[in-house]
Amino acid sequence: MQNITVNDAVGQALAEEMRRDARVLTFGEGVATNRRDLLAEFGAHRVRNTPLAEGIIAGAAAGAAAMGLRPVIDLLYAPFLTLSMDAIMNSAGKLRYLSGGQFEFPMVVLARTGAGWTVGAQHNHNLEAMFVHAPGLKVVMPHSTADYKGLLKSAIRDPNPVLFFMDMTVGYTPGPVPEGEHVVPLGQAAVLRAGRDVTLVSYSKTVATCLAAAEQLAMRGVDAEVIDLRTLKPLDEATILRSVRKTGRLVVVHEAAAPCGVGAEVAAIVSEKAFAALKAPVRRITGPDAPAPSSWLLEQAALPQADGIARAALELLGAEAVPA
Amino acid sequence: MSQPSRISMLETMMLIRAHEERLAANAGSSPGTCTAVGQEAAAVGVVGALLPRDRILTNHRSAGHLLARGADPGRLMAEVMGRADGYCRGKSGSLHVSAKELGVVLTSTIVGGELSLAPGVALAQKMGSSVPNEGTEPGGITAVFFGDGAACEGIFHESINLAVTWQLPVLYVCENNQWQAFVRRDETMPHEQVRPWAASHGLPAVAVDGNDVEAVHAAALAAAEHVRTTGTPYFLELVTYRTRGHYEPDDQAYVDKDELARWKARDPIALQRERLLAAGELAPGELAHLEQRVADTVEAAFAFAQNSPWPDVRELLTDVYA
Ligand SMILES: Cc1ncc(C[n+]2csc(CCOP(=O)(O)OP(=O)(O)O)c2C)c(N)n1
Repeated sequence: MQNITVNDAVGQALAEEMRRDARVLTFGEGVATNRRDLLAEFGAHRVRNTPLAEGIIAGAAAGAAAMGLRPVIDLLYAPFLTLSMDAIMNSAGKLRYLSGGQFEFPMVVLARTGAGWTVGAQHNHNLEAMFVHAPGLKVVMPHSTADYKGLLKSAIRDPNPVLFFMDMTVGYTPGPVPEGEHVVPLGQAAVLRAGRDVTLVSYSKTVATCLAAAEQLAMRGVDAEVIDLRTLKPLDEATILRSVRKTGRLVVVHEAAAPCGVGAEVAAIVSEKAFAALKAPVRRITGPDAPAPSSWLLEQAALPQADGIARAALELLGAEAVPA
Repeated sequence: MSQPSRISMLETMMLIRAHEERLAANAGSSPGTCTAVGQEAAAVGVVGALLPRDRILTNHRSAGHLLARGADPGRLMAEVMGRADGYCRGKSGSLHVSAKELGVVLTSTIVGGELSLAPGVALAQKMGSSVPNEGTEPGGITAVFFGDGAACEGIFHESINLAVTWQLPVLYVCENNQWQAFVRRDETMPHEQVRPWAASHGLPAVAVDGNDVEAVHAAALAAAEHVRTTGTPYFLELVTYRTRGHYEPDDQAYVDKDELARWKARDPIALQRERLLAAGELAPGELAHLEQRVADTVEAAFAFAQNSPWPDVRELLTDVYA
């Protein structure tokens, strides 16, 4: 096991995949500047700086992908994705279908998001659900350092366009990553903690909040199961349903706002397919339907908190709420 | 590919015209299309200057570009009608046709979408010699066709800037047909031409009479040669006019009748026909023969398309993901 940061895990995944497959290349605003090791190893053709123009970065990636290259583009902060949406949604996501399968779009789009850096709403916006909603795209949002590496490698090898969201607060946090080849398949959730009483489903950094909530619940004698979705599309329905059929209770947690979010989707799937197993209504704990504030205190207040998750779980169990 | 003869350029233009008018006449019974009637010289002159290894991206008026590239008229009509024998098995309709076997990567109905993807296609061509990438031969160039309306989109500048900066082999072909859907070009742009915008990015930028197929062809040969030998982009503007409506059917009530008549008097097909008749390169009997052949081809294509089966409904969910 190596103990490396998420940024290093991403760098390792890129380097290994570029070594493995000459069709992989990477570009974006400052990619060649910030990934000097890749530039040194793979040269200026495969590691490129771009103009500050997100539309053409994504468009060029889609065009290159249609021709058989496998671009990984870095669009920096998730809100900038809105400037590249046409190429990602209307071209990369749709043209395999519209062409009757003649062209495919094996590209990866990296974007950072998540509260904690006090960068405010125009640099921080959890946009993942928007891409989950678009046909033809896959969406990945890892929690663990090892998954950052393993899922990115799978995303690069995947023949579909993949949105790969990174939480900006975890970039410099070290974590264990297996030595050698480490690939995590897309579409498989991870059960990080087994439990009988309530299922906590999350992804990205609120997985850690759920684990903390599970600790609190354990102290109250409540056995929570914690699921890290890892991939939002394809979504591992089987793991969610298996867990809810066992526990009968579900709390879905994410930083993104509630309306039409991933939590709504998970809740709908459970009510469609495992309604009979439910002993209580499904609960969502999410960020507010408001732009991300910059002020540290407000930003923290917008985040789902372990106490709140634990309280919701206890309510589902009909137990006394933990005092706030 | 040998260069098209003066007569074959005429015949291809006639085929494009007849093909589009046949579909226009049937609009209502089959889905309407965006025709490029009046712009045939642009398609024939430019596509005739490309090599098989070159790639094409185009916009919603792509039938001419596809036919000039050798598309089968029956399969093209079948695509418009949503039938299984269409180039995209009926999933595109007229607005997003691509045909890998012809090197046509994209018909974009997002205005400017073609400009967005073009640098990436050209990047793959540029890297093609060092990286095994599917469907690309070394030395290929990317021709991207778009309108004056698309040139008003920001992506036009993003695309050209990237192609210039990264030195990509893109041939930008702007068909300035004076219209942007139902809006006159002169209501939305300060210049008569798009060329000055392109020129400011520091690439060669040339405008020619887009209704003279031989002038277009000569300019396109020079342009393609430049892109091929230098590996850098080039901008070619074809000044022309869309003589039918934005889509079919469209009564063109919004069009100035005198202006329309002036441009119809400069019809690219009539121009080339009269030129060849006057030079004695085409006898009236031969012309009648060409006309008959084109009419027969289009009728056969139409019948083929109408007889082509509908796609299996299970196709609804295929090709969304690999
Ligand atoms: C992004 C986008 N905006 C608007 C439209 C609607 N629309 C379709 S064609 C067209 C006009 C495009 O003008 P131009 O690029 O000059 O091409 P032309 O139709 O003249 O060939 C418009 C506005 C569209 N398809 N895509």
